[in-house]
Parts: sequence; C-alpha cells; structure tokens
Amino acid sequence: ASTLVIAEHDGGKLKGSSLSAIAAAGGLGESSTVSVLLGGTGPALQQAASHASKAHPSITKVLVADLQKLEHDLAEPWAEVIATATRSDKYSHVVTASTSFGKNVLPRAAALLDVSPLSDVTSIVDERTFVRPIYAGNAMCTVRYVGSGPCMFSIRPTSFAVSNELQREAEAPISPLDISNLNEDIIETSEWLGQQVQESERPELGSARVVVSGGRGLKNKENFKMLEKLADKLGGAVGASRAAVDGGYVPNDMQVGQTGKIVAPELYIAVGISGAIQHLAGMKDSKVIVAINKDPDSAIFQVADYGLVGDLFQAIPELIEKLPEKEKISS
Amino acid sequence: MKIMVAVKRVIDYAVKIRVKADKSGVETTNVKMAMNPFCEIALEEALRLREAGHAKEVLVVSMGGPQCADTLRTGLAMGADRAIHVSTTETLYPLAVAKLLCGLAESEKPNMVLLGKQAIDDDANQTGQMVAGLLKWPQGTFASKLSMEKGSSSVTVEREVDGGLESLKLQLPAVITADLRLNQPRYATLPNIMKAKKKPISQVTPEQLGVKISSDLEIVEVVEPAKRKAGVMVASVDELLDKLKNEAHVI
Repeated sequence: ASTLVIAEHDGGKLKGSSLSAIAAAGGLGESSTVSVLLGGTGPALQQAASHASKAHPSITKVLVADLQKLEHDLAEPWAEVIATATRSDKYSHVVTASTSFGKNVLPRAAALLDVSPLSDVTSIVDERTFVRPIYAGNAMCTVRYVGSGPCMFSIRPTSFAVSNELQREAEAPISPLDISNLNEDIIETSEWLGQQVQESERPELGSARVVVSGGRGLKNKENFKMLEKLADKLGGAVGASRAAVDGGYVPNDMQVGQTGKIVAPELYIAVGISGAIQHLAGMKDSKVIVAINKDPDSAIFQVADYGLVGDLFQAIPELIEKLPEKEKISS
Repeated sequence: MKIMVAVKRVIDYAVKIRVKADKSGVETTNVKMAMNPFCEIALEEALRLREAGHAKEVLVVSMGGPQCADTLRTGLAMGADRAIHVSTTETLYPLAVAKLLCGLAESEKPNMVLLGKQAIDDDANQTGQMVAGLLKWPQGTFASKLSMEKGSSSVTVEREVDGGLESLKLQLPAVITADLRLNQPRYATLPNIMKAKKKPISQVTPEQLGVKISSDLEIVEVVEPAKRKAGVMVASVDELLDKLKNEAHVI
C-alpha cells in the first residue's frame, strides 16, 4: 500500500491523533509506504514537517502544502489539496484521524474523488477491509472497499496505539506539494472568523487517556470542580452524562454518549452516573471502566471493571488525596 | 431564500438494537422507527430561519423505500412546506445520497442545504460534507449556531470542534450540518399533524435526477460488540487504587 496520511499539527509538532493515523497506515500490508501531508504556513509548518520527518519508522516522505488558507482547517481548500495530492501521486490509501478536522475534510475530499470513505475505523482486517462501530458502538460492522479509486478512511485515534519508542533514525525527505492549480473560486467561499478554545490544560475529551465523568449524582455545578481536580491528578479530561448537562451543571460539549462525544480512553471513571443506554453507548469501549455510585443496582456497574458502591462526596476527595502526583504525559 | 433539509428514517434512538443472527445487519422489522435526531435539529433550524424571515420556503427531502413517506410526513407536521421523496429500493450509502441531494439541489436551487451531522444508524458523518464537495459549495459542519443578516449573501456558522468552538463566514449557497446544541426541535402538534396530511409529497426516481446508484462498499458482516467481562466490586478507595495500579496498570 502507498498511503497518504492527512496530518494535523499544533505548536510545531504532529498531534497525537495524527501519529495514531500514521501508525494505522504503517499497518496496511508489508511493503507499505507512508507519505504525510501537512498544511499551513510559516515556521510552525516547517517545524511540524521536521518533526514529522522523524516521527515514525514507516514515514517515507513528508509533503508540505504551504497555503495560508490551510492554517485554519477550512474544508474547502483542504479537500482540494487532498484531492490534488492523491491524484498526482496515485496513492492506494488516504488516511486521517477522525478528529473534528478529519471528519470535516475527508468526506469532502472523497466526494471530489468519487470514493465512499469509511469513518471511524477501529481495526484493519486487510488492505481493503475494516471494522467500524455503527449504532454508537452497539454493533460492529466489517466493511470492504471494492471501488477502483483510492481507499479512504478515518481512524479512531484511541484504537491505534502510538509507541513512543518508535522513532525514525534518519529523517524522511520533506518536499513541497504543488498547489498551483487549486480551484480558487471554491476556496474563496469560506472565511475563518475566530475561535473560542476552552483555556484548559486538560487534554481533549475525545483523545484523552483518562476521562472522569460526572452524572446527576454530582447534584450541581460547584461539585464538578471536584472531578476537575481528580482529572488533573490523572492527566485526564472531564466528561458528563446527559443528565448532568440537562441539569445545567456543565456545558453540552462535555456530554459523553450516543448523541454527545464517543470516548474510548484507557481509564474511564464514571461518578454518580446511573448508566443509561444513551451514556453507555458513548464510553463502553473504554479499556478500563471504574464506576462510583451509591446505588448498587445502577446499570453502570454492569459494564464497570471496578465498581465502588458508596458516597461519591467521600470517595472522590479520598481518591484525590491518595493518588500520586502525575508526571506530565505529552500527547 | 429556499432551504432544503434532508431527513433520514432510522431506528428510534431509544430502541435497543438487535444484530441479526445471520450477521447481515441490524433487525429493523417490527422495530420503532423515527426521524434521525440530528435531522430533526436541522429541520428545526430551517423552520426558525423561515420564522425569522430569512427563508420563504422549507423543503424536506428523503430517499429510500415507501416508508420514507412517514418521515417526510413528520417533517411536514413539524412545519416544512412541501416534501420530495426520492423513491428507490437500492441500498444507499452516503456517496449515493450525496449525489441524489446534488441532483435535487440542481433542480430545486435552494440557497441552503441543511442536514444532521450524522445519522445514528451508520454513524457515517459524511453526507453533508460530500454534498458540499459535489456542489462546490462551502460547508459549515457540526453547527451549534447560525446567524444571518436580512438579505445577506452569507451566513455565519459557529461550529463545534475538538476543544472548543469556531466561527466561519460562508457565502451562500452553502451546506450546513447540525450538531446537538443548535436548537431543541419542536414537537408536531395535533392540528399540524392533521394539516400535514394535505401537504404535497412529490416522488422522483434516481433516474429522473440523472443519478445511477452503484456502490463501492460491501458489508462483510455485522456483529455484536465484544461483551465486557464481568467486573469486580471493591470495598474501599484503597482497594480501588490498588487494583488500578497493580491489576489494570492504568495509574
């Protein structure tokens, strides 16, 4: 397989989710080559390219698309660039992580190439056959791409582990992508105005290694601070059940569940969450689940690896106190 | 302005799904069906844009077998002005749906196509992006807020992205996909349900739209996810920490 990985970068480095995509691409058959495509402009792009050139042993080439419009992840120029890169080098596969960026750009690029892409792949069966969750993970679908175009898919980052030891010894060559023939008219139809990024040291909910979620049992907004403390101690993110969101304790974007965010961290701690199907659908692929709830009959205990029946207002402060200080994990 | 809203009929979100014994898919016979929740949000937003005077007409469309008409009827009862049913019994993947929507957009000439960000059955999260690509229109996916000035040729979209929100300005015509926070959809009232029975649902075929349905995907099998092993109950925080450290190795 010759694979093009569409990568994201931040602060001059590849994002962890993109490293997962590269790891997945490296697993596509024995003689697979991996080209990494980066977009943006300025020193941040150059630094990221340099980081990418030695980020993973399977990377054979780093392609750089230097264009201001790519800096803000706009789908219109990105899809054009991906389609251009794919056509010019005739890649057999195009892969990205199913982050909000990947989900936004990959299907658009695929439509330009007349290809049905696959979203949220959790395992690779062979070069053209993949497993992905459907019905919010309540069923697993094995699907094969039988088209004549490139096989395009996004991977769920939590399903493709990145090993820190895997580093290239030599640097892969970095070359610019020819983007002189992009459709300017389309690119001019969208404009990035600004963003409100939550100022938080915590990792993103979707890609965090640890998630601490609270439910109705937290009772109010103030009590969620306790979970933030616990999350910080574990280097994790904070999530919530729909009940907690509907109760106004936390904003909607923290909701884990079928209609909110789907997470699959290494450790998921459900605090004061009863375990409605809706919520379970969003977190039951977590590797280790801990449930703390005062009601021993809560459904959450049926999916938990470790259950603790008790008062969360005693258990959580005790946990925070007894947990060792966490060394910073770079993502 | 005319808004076209695409809606999909899916298994009701509250139903616990069952995988078929022959692994060919998920059981849909005798199962309660409903409009995909994200499609409801998309339609609600279109209705609000009409009520705010930005749009004159809200057209609701769906594609598939005869039962799609039920979903379209629900859309009409919520307040859409008319409906189009693209009638086909073929299996439709997002690329085919996008091509059909593209065909409808070419004949209906809407100024905006609104969709849900994903359907809760296949969870593909692709159709809106693909329609936008095929139509060469800008896209505002995962929208949590839309704002428009009267008579303006653009729309401002606030979108939910990893770790926060971002704002885009899109020239019209544009494709927008709705995220959960965009609004709270209304319920159809009984009088509106009665009225909806008189609203028109026209039928077209993929051939009439000039779309040939083919697929480059093959479902190999659909199975239940691996069951989680039964867990253990711990008696104290100390025991929990010990297990997490020495058994699960996660802290």
